[in-house]
Amino acid sequence: MTNALLTGADASTEVPLKRRLRRAERRRQVKALALVLPLLVFLLFTFAGPIAGMLWRSVEDREVRQVLPQTVAALADWGGKDLPDEKAYAALASDVLAARASGTMAIAAKRLNYALNGFRTILTSTARNLRAIPEPGTAKEALGKINPAWRDRTTWTTIKDAGGPITGFYLLAALDLTRNVEGTIVEAPPDQAIYRGVFARTFVISLSVTVLCLILGFPVAYLLATLPPGRSNLLMIFVLLPFWTSLLVRTCAWIVLLQSKGVVNDSLLWLGIIDEPLRLIYNRFGVCVAMTHVLLPFMILPLYSSMKAISPAYMRAAASLGAPPIAAFLRIYLPQTLPGIGAGSLLVFILALGYYITPALVGGAADQMISYFIALYTTETANWGLASALGAVLLLATVLLALVYGKLVQGQHVTGGMKN
Amino acid sequence: MSNNPSLRTPSQRLAWTATIIVSTLVFIFLIAPIVAIMPLSFSSGSYLTYPLPGLSLRWYDDFINSPRWMNSLKNSMIIGVASTLLSMTLGTLAALGLAQWKSRFKPLVLAFVLSPVVVPGVITAVGLYFFFAPIGLTGSYLGLILAHTALATPFVVITVGATLQSFDTNLARAAASLGASPFEAFRRVILPLILPGVASGALFAFATSFDEVVIVLFMAGPEQRTLPREMFSGIRENISPTITAAAVILTTISVILLATLEALRRRNERLKGGGA
Repeated sequence: MTNALLTGADASTEVPLKRRLRRAERRRQVKALALVLPLLVFLLFTFAGPIAGMLWRSVEDREVRQVLPQTVAALADWGGKDLPDEKAYAALASDVLAARASGTMAIAAKRLNYALNGFRTILTSTARNLRAIPEPGTAKEALGKINPAWRDRTTWTTIKDAGGPITGFYLLAALDLTRNVEGTIVEAPPDQAIYRGVFARTFVISLSVTVLCLILGFPVAYLLATLPPGRSNLLMIFVLLPFWTSLLVRTCAWIVLLQSKGVVNDSLLWLGIIDEPLRLIYNRFGVCVAMTHVLLPFMILPLYSSMKAISPAYMRAAASLGAPPIAAFLRIYLPQTLPGIGAGSLLVFILALGYYITPALVGGAADQMISYFIALYTTETANWGLASALGAVLLLATVLLALVYGKLVQGQHVTGGMKN
Repeated sequence: MSNNPSLRTPSQRLAWTATIIVSTLVFIFLIAPIVAIMPLSFSSGSYLTYPLPGLSLRWYDDFINSPRWMNSLKNSMIIGVASTLLSMTLGTLAALGLAQWKSRFKPLVLAFVLSPVVVPGVITAVGLYFFFAPIGLTGSYLGLILAHTALATPFVVITVGATLQSFDTNLARAAASLGASPFEAFRRVILPLILPGVASGALFAFATSFDEVVIVLFMAGPEQRTLPREMFSGIRENISPTITAAAVILTTISVILLATLEALRRRNERLKGGGA
C-alpha cells in the first residue's frame, strides 16, 4: 500500500482493480459451474449412480449372510482345513429352523447353488428333515445323518465363501474362474465356463463388422470427399437416411430381405444362381450384415471428415514429383486418412461391443453377444450378481477403448458418428 | 463423373470408375432395405413377399384401429417430447456453463457429460433397472423420461457447444453494458443466436428417445410400451405386415426430422456466410 501511495494517484486504484477483476472472474467461474451443475446432479441420479450400483452388485454378497447369520458368524474363524466344529453345526441347525419358519431358505439356496450345484437339495432336505434344534453336542451327528453332504468340507467352504459381505465370486465367474476348496483361483468346470467364449464371440463379431464397415465405407467416403459439394451433399442423403432410420425398422427390413422367401433369395433363385433358398438370417451372416448396415454411417462420417481436410494439392504435388498414382495414394493420401480410419474403426468397434437388439432379433443361439447374457441374467434368471459382473467387464472394455478414442480425436475435428 | 481434375492417367480413371461402382453398390446396400420394406406395407396380402398380390391400405387401417399400436405411438410421443424438453433445458444450460468455465477438470467433466452415448445400452438399462425399481420408477413414465433424458442430453451439449464456439462473447458484454439484465441478455441476445444449435440438439434428443428400445425393454410396464418396443415384440413373435406399416410411419418421422435438421444447417451456414 505504501508503495502504491508513493508511485502516484493512479497506482492507488490499480491493486483494488486487479483484485476486483480477479473477483469478477471468480464469480463468473462460479456462475459457469452453477450452469453445469443441474446436469451433473441429474446424471449422477440417472446415470452414474445406477452404474455404480451395478458395479457394487457385482461384488456384493449378502443373501447367505442374511439367511444364515449365525452360521456365517460361526465360520468366521474357521480355518477350512478340517470340518468345522460342533458350534458351527449348532448354528446351522438354528439358522435352518429360523429360515424355514420365515420362508427365506430359497434366497440362500439360490445363491449357494450358483457356487455348488446341488446345494439347493442339501438345504431343502435338511430343512425338511430337521425336526428341532438337536441336543447340545449332537448337532454334527444329526445333520450328517440327515444329509451326508454336511460331512463334506466343500459344503462348508461354499457357505464360508458366500458369507460376504463382498465377494469376487461373480467377477471370477464372468472370466470362467472359480475358487477351489483350498481357496486358490482355478479354471471353472467346463459346463460353467462359457463366458470367455461369449467375450471372444463378441470380439470376433465386433471386429468383423468393423472390418466390413471399413472396406465398404472407405470408397464411399473417398467419393463423397472428392465430388463437388453439390453432388456429394445429394449422395450424403444415402448415408444420413439410414443413420436416422430407426434401428428396429432397419433390423425388420433385413429380416424381410433375407428370409427364405425374401427378396434376396427370390432374386437369386430367379437368376438361377441357387437351386434352393440359402439360410441368410438367424445366423452369423445375418448378424454381420445387419450390424454393418447399422454401423456403416459411423465409419463413413469420420472418414469423410478426415478426407475432406486433405488438400488435393498434396496429390498433385506427388504426381508432379513423379510418383505413380498408386504410390502417391499409398504414401501421401492414405497416411493422412489414418486418424479418420482410427476414429471410425474405434467408434464402430465400441458401439458394436455393446450390441443387443440386432443380434437378439436376427441372430441364432450361437450368435448372441455379451449384452444378451447380461439382459438374460437380469430379467429372466435374476442372477443379478453375474449380470453385473459381466456388465462390469463389458464396461471396462468400453471405457478403455473410449479413452483411446478420446486421445485419438483430441484436437482433430471428427464430426458425426455420435448417434446411439 | 470424370470431371475430377486430378484424373490424368488411364489407371487413375480406372481407380475412379472402381470407386464409383463400389460406392454405388454400398449406397444400394444402405438404402435397399429401407426402400424394400415400404411397398410391403401397402400389400393386400398378409405375406411379406414380392410380388404383391394387390395394393391396399389395410395394414395402416390395422395400425390405426389397434389400441396396442396407437397406445405405443402415443407413449413414444409423450416420452420423446418430455425428455426432449428436459434435455434441451439441462443441455443448453450446461453447454453455456462449459463454454465459460476454465478449469483443468473441464475435459473430465465433459467426458462424464458425454459418456451416456458411449456406455452400452444394456449396462445403462441394467443399472437403471436396479436403481429405479426400489424407488418405484420402473413401470412409470417418469422413469423412462428421466432415463431417455440422460441418453439424449449429450447431443444437446454437443450441438449447442458447437454453436457457442462461433459465438462472439462480446455481444453478451455489449448487451450488459447497454443495461440488459443477465436474463434479458440471455433471452434477447444469446438465445436467438444459439437457437439453431438448440433446435438441432432437440431434434437429436427426440430421435434418440424415439428410437431407444433397450431401456424401455427393461423398465417399461405394459402401459408404457413405446413404438420401437412394440416392434421388437412384433419382430420376435411373428412379423405381420402391420409392422411394416409401423416401420413406414417411423421412417416418415425420421425423414421429417432429418429434413428439418438439414434445413437448420443450411440456414445456419447462410447466416454465417452473410455475417462474416
